Amino acid sequence: MDAGDLQRAIWRIAHEIAERNHGLQGVVLIGLQTGGVPLAHKLAESLRQIEDIAVPVGSLDVALYRDDIGLRPVLPEAVTEIPVDLDGAVVVLVDDVLFTGRTIRAALNALADYGRPRVVQLAVMVDRGHRELPIRPDFVGKNLPTRRDEVVDVTEEGVDLGEMHR
Amino acid sequence: MKHLLGVEDLERSDLEELLRITDSMVEVSQRAMPRVPALRGRTVVSVFFEDSTRTRLSFEAAAKRLSADTMSFSVGTSSVKKGESVRDTVETIEAMGVDAMVVRHRSAGVPDQIARWTSCSVINAGDGWHQHPTQALLDSYTIRAHLGGLDGRRIAIVGDVKHSRVARSDVQAFTLLGASVTLVAPPTLLPPSLEGWPVEVSHDLDAVLADQDVVYLLRMQRERMTEALVPSLREYTACFGLTIQRAARLAPHALVMHPGPMNRGVEIAAEVTDLPNAVIAEQVRNGVAVRMAVLFRLLAGTELGGAGAAAPVPEVNAEPGEDHG
Amino acid sequence: MAELLIAGGRVVDEHGERVADVVVAEDGTVAEVGAGLASTGGRNGRRVLDAGGCVVAPGFVDLHTHLREPGREEAETIETGSRAAALGGFTAVVAMPNTEPTMDDAAVVRQVLEAGRVAGLCDVHASAAVTVGRRGEALAPMAELAALGVRIFTDDGNGVQDDRLARRAMEYARGLDVTIAEHCEVEALSAGGHMHEGEWSSRLGIPGVPAEAEELMVMRDIALSRLTGCRVHLQHLSTAGAVELVRAAKARGLAVTAEATPHHFTLTHAEVAAYDPVFKVNPPLRTAEDVAAVRAGLADGTLDAIATDHAPHAQELKELPFDEAPCGMLGLETALALALSELDLSLGELVGLLSWRPAAVAGLRDTHGGPVEPGRPANLVVFDPELTWTVDPARLASRSHNTPYAGRRVTGKVRHTVLRGRPIVLDGEAQR
Repeated sequence: MDAGDLQRAIWRIAHEIAERNHGLQGVVLIGLQTGGVPLAHKLAESLRQIEDIAVPVGSLDVALYRDDIGLRPVLPEAVTEIPVDLDGAVVVLVDDVLFTGRTIRAALNALADYGRPRVVQLAVMVDRGHRELPIRPDFVGKNLPTRRDEVVDVTEEGVDLGEMHR
Repeated sequence: MKHLLGVEDLERSDLEELLRITDSMVEVSQRAMPRVPALRGRTVVSVFFEDSTRTRLSFEAAAKRLSADTMSFSVGTSSVKKGESVRDTVETIEAMGVDAMVVRHRSAGVPDQIARWTSCSVINAGDGWHQHPTQALLDSYTIRAHLGGLDGRRIAIVGDVKHSRVARSDVQAFTLLGASVTLVAPPTLLPPSLEGWPVEVSHDLDAVLADQDVVYLLRMQRERMTEALVPSLREYTACFGLTIQRAARLAPHALVMHPGPMNRGVEIAAEVTDLPNAVIAEQVRNGVAVRMAVLFRLLAGTELGGAGAAAPVPEVNAEPGEDHG
Repeated sequence: MAELLIAGGRVVDEHGERVADVVVAEDGTVAEVGAGLASTGGRNGRRVLDAGGCVVAPGFVDLHTHLREPGREEAETIETGSRAAALGGFTAVVAMPNTEPTMDDAAVVRQVLEAGRVAGLCDVHASAAVTVGRRGEALAPMAELAALGVRIFTDDGNGVQDDRLARRAMEYARGLDVTIAEHCEVEALSAGGHMHEGEWSSRLGIPGVPAEAEELMVMRDIALSRLTGCRVHLQHLSTAGAVELVRAAKARGLAVTAEATPHHFTLTHAEVAAYDPVFKVNPPLRTAEDVAAVRAGLADGTLDAIATDHAPHAQELKELPFDEAPCGMLGLETALALALSELDLSLGELVGLLSWRPAAVAGLRDTHGGPVEPGRPANLVVFDPELTWTVDPARLASRSHNTPYAGRRVTGKVRHTVLRGRPIVLDGEAQR
């Protein structure tokens, strides 16, 4: 995927979010630190252009909710910011890459500490498979079959697939 | 990072990382339900050979907010009174399965000794005149929160530096983070040698007061009089106390700090503690978040401690960079 | 006892250095010294000690040994301490009087001397306290103790704080022709201190002992020696200032002698950085400049002796917090190696500092430290000055393990120690 593909996928996902939710009433975008945050902002920008509504955007750091803390140090990258009350909201979690599903599991737990959304949906730019938990995205930029040991890198310029550097 | 024994073991990047993690912990602490599951299954025990309710409670609150289990050991209720050695005490506690010991002792160096005898993480919660690293972190965090950072800031540490673990830790942390520190005290209350201390020294508070971004007052203990270190508390206050008259000469943005507990009317006038620039209560509040950051930093990424947690750890799928699962 | 031949070594004594075999007669005296004695056959049952590549010297004399018995037998006994001494090449030690009870009366001193004889591993000489209970208040019965053979009186562990009492002790000692030895420390200045006052104490937050606490008492004792004419021996000097004071006193011809320990010429206060009480000692480890001054004092003759201040302590006491742990470190089994490894001295100077010069201070020249020549008691040490070994606390003969040199590679090891013709140590092993 190049930068153009990336923008087209964001545009499409924005449309799907608006369509799925019959508009943007109550929708809140929550980007996951760190890769999901710029995507959430880009989605919000697309939504503004499509529906002329400024959707609230938050960011969520799940480091304190991970279940693999004992296996590797995952330190908080940035402070979580939830701009609105989540009770009754339609939360769209936004992340760059969906892999094992453990980050999303942690994010769902974290969300519960901030409120009780009416519904939680998941938007990812790349679904690379290898799920370890029963988690399925609602909106996908691209399904990208990978080996476990490959690395997927989502940047402004597009999506790269590379070898893992140990 | 396995232990936190003193600021002297840290690099600037370690301090900055801990302060950054503290930001997240402050956010957690501000929630209606200030608790995250980060250290579920971990056990943190406070091992206080010297009483300090404030520090012990602060650490225990920090551990609880991270969902760690906490235990508490204090000399008043312990076998130390019956002559048990520190080493036996520590080994007994460790056998119960703990991941971190938060140690306070009246003698300098005991946390260092304990770190040699145990495989769990040791956090120094104050040892004699030596170090009190979490105090230095919470002080640094408080200054950073108000002034944006410590780089280029001028900080005066005033009073009994000689007998102060807080001063030793603060000097190292503040200077590591880019501040310039002036110690202000009569020579009797300064360490006998300042070789290797990146500080300036003044014996005249009035001469340096107006230039400071932070005035940090140390507790003046009454027993110093019996050691002929100062002629009287009255004279000490006259020369080195932050009176309301002196406070009026501070720069408008300058912070007034104190590690507590304060001797109002000695090192700090009661009215000064009420000034908007006095951030003493905030220091206490930040203490919990800083200790959360320290506990999380030391215990995240370690195997579960204790006898029951000896199960082999499965191979880790390291996921570097942007690619989190 | 069989005749003994010490073959193939280099003899080093106050007369110099020469390649020579040494024959020790059945009565425990040196019979013959010379080249080629190995081929003379000798008498039936002659025992041969190989000294190839080794130095044969008069046995070492330690002016400063804490044997801990009576009172602290869990840390050391006269037997285990004597064994450590023999393994370190010492044929005589002067036991310090800070036992429990104090060696301040005849009964305790007799007990120590007798236990030393029974152990039979080296000659245990007793010092005795200057004051009753080492409390610095009243003089001990010095004449009665001198009559038992005590030549050195000291309140070691403390100096005599009271100037007038120190003067009286020296005056009285002069009449008995004995020596007053002083642990130089003005307690008003040192009280509460646990290490050298300076850069490291300031950094570590440990209360310090200033060098001046030692130097002031050195100054006073030199002055009182001049006043009273008493021989004064200054123990374990650790500061550059103290060494300089002794140098000046000797230049004025005063009857002052002084010793230094291996730890004060090898270790500095920086060792305390990890708060291991094994490095806690009194006087404390000082600065690099002080170490250099102590070495210079040993080299130019200002200091008369290397004394170990061997001070065993049980493990649990050395695991106390630094400010609660007792002072002292082992020394007997490592002194020679440290001197050989760390001091830039000729063999003759080095052996002199361990042997004939301390023997003179202790008044033992008739039996110890004298030249290796026919007719003298065969109190001898044979050591390999080239052998490199690693200090392992668990392998030391002392009952305690508090050596600050654990894991250190050192050069020079005792091979044989002979006490009045009897081999106490053979090939590095104590014979009992």
